[in-house]
Amino acid sequence: MRPFVDISEVTLAYPDAGAGSILALDGVSLSINKGEFVAVVGPSGCGKSTLLKLVSGLHPPSRGGVIVADREVAGPIKIVGMAFQNPIMLPWRTTLDNVLLPLEIVEPHARNFRGNRQNYVQKALALLAAVGLDGFAERYPWQLSGGMQQRASLCRALIHAPDLLLLDEPFGALDAFTREELWTVLRDLWSAHGFTVILVTHDLTEAVFLANKVHICSKRPGRIIDSRPIELPHPRDKFAPEFVAIVRDLHAGIANVRLS
Amino acid sequence: MTARLEAVIPWLFIGALLLVWEIVCVAFSIPAFILPRPTLVWAALTAQFAPIMSNSLDTLIRTIAGFALAVVLGGLLGVAIGASRLVYRGLYPVLIGFNSVPKVAVVPVFVIWFGIGAVPAILTAFLVSFFPIAVNVATGLATVEPELLDVLRALGARKRQILIKVGLPRSLPYFFASLKVAITLAFVGTIISETVAGSSGIGYLMMAATANFDTPLVFAGLFVIAALGIVMYALFAAAEHRMTFWAKRGEGLTV
Repeated sequence: MRPFVDISEVTLAYPDAGAGSILALDGVSLSINKGEFVAVVGPSGCGKSTLLKLVSGLHPPSRGGVIVADREVAGPIKIVGMAFQNPIMLPWRTTLDNVLLPLEIVEPHARNFRGNRQNYVQKALALLAAVGLDGFAERYPWQLSGGMQQRASLCRALIHAPDLLLLDEPFGALDAFTREELWTVLRDLWSAHGFTVILVTHDLTEAVFLANKVHICSKRPGRIIDSRPIELPHPRDKFAPEFVAIVRDLHAGIANVRLS
Repeated sequence: MTARLEAVIPWLFIGALLLVWEIVCVAFSIPAFILPRPTLVWAALTAQFAPIMSNSLDTLIRTIAGFALAVVLGGLLGVAIGASRLVYRGLYPVLIGFNSVPKVAVVPVFVIWFGIGAVPAILTAFLVSFFPIAVNVATGLATVEPELLDVLRALGARKRQILIKVGLPRSLPYFFASLKVAITLAFVGTIISETVAGSSGIGYLMMAATANFDTPLVFAGLFVIAALGIVMYALFAAAEHRMTFWAKRGEGLTV
């Protein structure tokens, strides 16, 4: 059986300001099965975010191909939900209307949006409650803290029940307490809904806390240099010796990459 | 205390200005046909109240008509320029050239085409005021953050959906800011046309008064225009406040 996400020999070169081009990814291959939670970890500038853009169809690869759900990715695909490092809310919409945004665009929801609005609102409110934003639906995003906005951004990424969730360092800009709380929120959402996740991060603890499998990315041009399954049972304790051992081990691996 | 001071300070300023003016005129015994005292202007205003009002109404109607045209066409043009690179490249130089032409120079052309009356005034008001609207809307669309676009593009949104869901709301603050500028410019346009070739309106009234050396009446006309301008500006400032409250959340750079 073919993996749910199949990235094969993908190379991507961005055109440079000069005559040349910057090689962001060099022959990256990754297979992700349905329902897996995968983390891609690497130093900044290694092309992790680029990888997500390729999978989401926001950017075409220079060489190689990406297959998601048995289809070659040729443009944005609707079974994907995405959250970025910045929450990127629309300031003229309430939090609720921000969360509902994908439903106004993604079919088949967009067609029924007006008629079904009440149902969708119920769904959005339930999701907001699940991430701890009960009672904030009618607030505007700029009335919320950074962590609350990021929670709302997660809701927006999930409201159309995507099969594939792409997370581009979504917790990178948050304080440590909020970040770790959101880890558990994400973990619970993932175990409740069973979607597939690709999480891009530079935080090893975050990767090990959440993922089934951690892929290590080299510095630019990005290549996958190590992949490691994480078999610790959930809920994981980041202070447990076996957890710490894994993080330390991965850390040593990355340090080697940076030196080489 | 500060709130009450803020409410009355515009009136204090106007009052002080008029007082200084009055004193200067009396102290240097400036003749009324050169610079009339505010009290003389007031006298002219009350004495000729009916003709001033009917001519002001003409001017106001023409200004609003020209301004409305400018809002619709300038807004559409701004959306076209902001949303399409090709339109931008093709049209922008033409627009700038067009806007550089002194509008007083085209009024005679309008008169040849449409005769003396309301039409040249409306067209001039339109011409003067549509440019800032078009440019501002285009700027609003062109400066949408790429991250904001990515959020919609990742969902597979089409260009038209992105324009409606992000582009237009995002450019609303720019649009309203331009309306405040455009409405005052529209008055300028109307009155230019009325002074060059009119048979009614405040501009025409002022030309007629100048011909009779009735300088107090000329100034009465200026006062009425200024008052109309302030009222219209305040109207659009209030609309802006209502529609784009989300864009203006702090005190800004006010000290």
